[in-house]
Amino acid sequence: MKILTGNDLKTGAVTWWTGQDWSIHVEDAVDVGDEADAIAAREEGARRVNSPYAIDAVREDNGGIRPAHIKDRIRALGPTVRPDLTLKPADPEAGNWVI
Amino acid sequence: MYRYDQYDQDMVDARVAEFRDQTQRRIEGKLTEDQFKPLRLQNGLYLQLHAYMLRVAVPYGTLSSAQMHMLADIADKYDRGYGHFTTRQNIQYNWIKLEDAPQILADLATVEMHAIQTSGNCIRNISSDQFAGAAADEIVDPRPYAELLRQWSSFHPEFLALPRKFKICVIASETDRAAMKLHDIGIRIVRNDQGELGAAFYVGGGMGRTPMIAPLLREFVPLDQLITYSEACLRVYNRYGRRDNKYKARIKILVHELGKDEYARQVEEEFAHLQTLGIEPPIAELERIKTYFTDPAFQAGASDDLDLSDPDFALWVERNCLAHKQSGYIVANISLKPVGGIPGDASAAQIHLMADLAKEYSFDELRVTHAQNIVLPHVRKADLYTLWQKLDEAGLGAANLDTIEDIIACPGLDYCSLANARSIPVAQKIATRFAETGKSGTLGELKLKISGCINACGHHHAGHIGILGVDRKGVENYQLLLGGCEGDDTSLGQITGPGFDEDGIVGAVETATDVYLANRKDGERFLDTYRRIGMAPFKEALYG
Repeated sequence: MKILTGNDLKTGAVTWWTGQDWSIHVEDAVDVGDEADAIAAREEGARRVNSPYAIDAVREDNGGIRPAHIKDRIRALGPTVRPDLTLKPADPEAGNWVI
Repeated sequence: MYRYDQYDQDMVDARVAEFRDQTQRRIEGKLTEDQFKPLRLQNGLYLQLHAYMLRVAVPYGTLSSAQMHMLADIADKYDRGYGHFTTRQNIQYNWIKLEDAPQILADLATVEMHAIQTSGNCIRNISSDQFAGAAADEIVDPRPYAELLRQWSSFHPEFLALPRKFKICVIASETDRAAMKLHDIGIRIVRNDQGELGAAFYVGGGMGRTPMIAPLLREFVPLDQLITYSEACLRVYNRYGRRDNKYKARIKILVHELGKDEYARQVEEEFAHLQTLGIEPPIAELERIKTYFTDPAFQAGASDDLDLSDPDFALWVERNCLAHKQSGYIVANISLKPVGGIPGDASAAQIHLMADLAKEYSFDELRVTHAQNIVLPHVRKADLYTLWQKLDEAGLGAANLDTIEDIIACPGLDYCSLANARSIPVAQKIATRFAETGKSGTLGELKLKISGCINACGHHHAGHIGILGVDRKGVENYQLLLGGCEGDDTSLGQITGPGFDEDGIVGAVETATDVYLANRKDGERFLDTYRRIGMAPFKEALYG
């Protein structure tokens, strides 16, 4: 699947396109198929996101979404060396998910 | 240390106001990202993996307590309670909001700091010896010359759009502690046979994807022509540097392709021309700057005695302290490399504490080192034990300077959008492995440096042991390099062979150190043994 990601214009936070809005949780991302460029152009014009781009991802057995590349998994979770700053600070498996 | 005059302050304040307006227009949609990006980068504001990142300049690594407190306040108020000291003697904040950035710059301006020219193809922050003004072996304090160059290069209209970024380093001692020859221009203040001060220019060094050691371009430039000669070096580069290919755009490529002699000839020609224009600032300006770098009021007759009966303190003194030019005083290095910690990171509380300790024990002065540590340059020996106790209580008492635990590591893929692999976890695992096995103490001086990509912010080319993280089909892989060195005998590390995975690289480093321990002769550092026995025994042990 293709999902769309970028950074929030004002905060810089990593965001994922949910079909209608942007979420900081990659689990909320939807398959944008071949619509990525059109959505990106529209949303960038609306100043809600900075430098959006499409990436490959897979839907996991538990329904979660896993970006194909480690860089985007780190973007989705947060720095692996600061678990206190990630979106899943209490999840001991979070690091394994990234690697 | 240097204090802004009204011109300096007005210049920085005007830039803050300008950036506030630019940011507002971006948020309102009056500027696109393509239009805004170069503007924010000119103010040190990057967009990294998780958020905006602000890089704040620390000129030649020197800070006052008030400035250090402000850095802590910014970490607390606008970031997530910590900052990252970099290999360029700067500090970076990883979680900045765009809408806060102008006010952060306004706050910095109140303590005579800014983020101007910490990004972009311009002359970046001037770096220097972290022990300047304190080291026993320096000819003079190099910082007045670094400050003169800072003033010359700030907003220099001709050099704001160079082919690529440009880094200058100034030192004034035989011992090079600032990786001087790995800069675009490295300047060593020297004294000639007549006893006159001048500057030796090394031009065309650098790390990155094409590491090169700067050749000596001119042995002696009179100090009243320092700026003119620098201008000539830059002009030739600005004219002929490759703008068609960013990977060949640094001055090192130009010097290499032209040849040192031809580049030097062109510089001399330009130098002669510039001398007719009278662009050198009046010597009175240099003398004015020098007045800000006079010695602090050292206590006459301060005792040289140190009670080393506490073994932990004695170890810290042995590893982390350096002889001071003034009797009764010592240079104290604060390691930002606690075992298992993140190299260069310090919490706001720690930054505040270091500021307080500088105020109380080091004449209000701190330094940031390119090895991502902090220096208190002027500590009375009588105060050293108390100082160490306070550092130790705050987790800042690690006695590991220049050991294998004192690892330089770039932010890597945990933070940086350019990175291919993570650096920090590798540094943590290596430091922990060697601390737990007790080997770090037996290895002596061993500089290990890790970069998460070929841009080499972690200086891997200059590590006795270097590690370069690469992306191999989406998986982190780590190349091992041996034999790099910064300093007087600068050399570039050589790759041992095929890379390793994250755990494998830790074992590979341990294997390399085992080869060293098995082969070293009395007094040899890892680097010395490597240079004597060569790569072959290491390769045999690593890949057999």
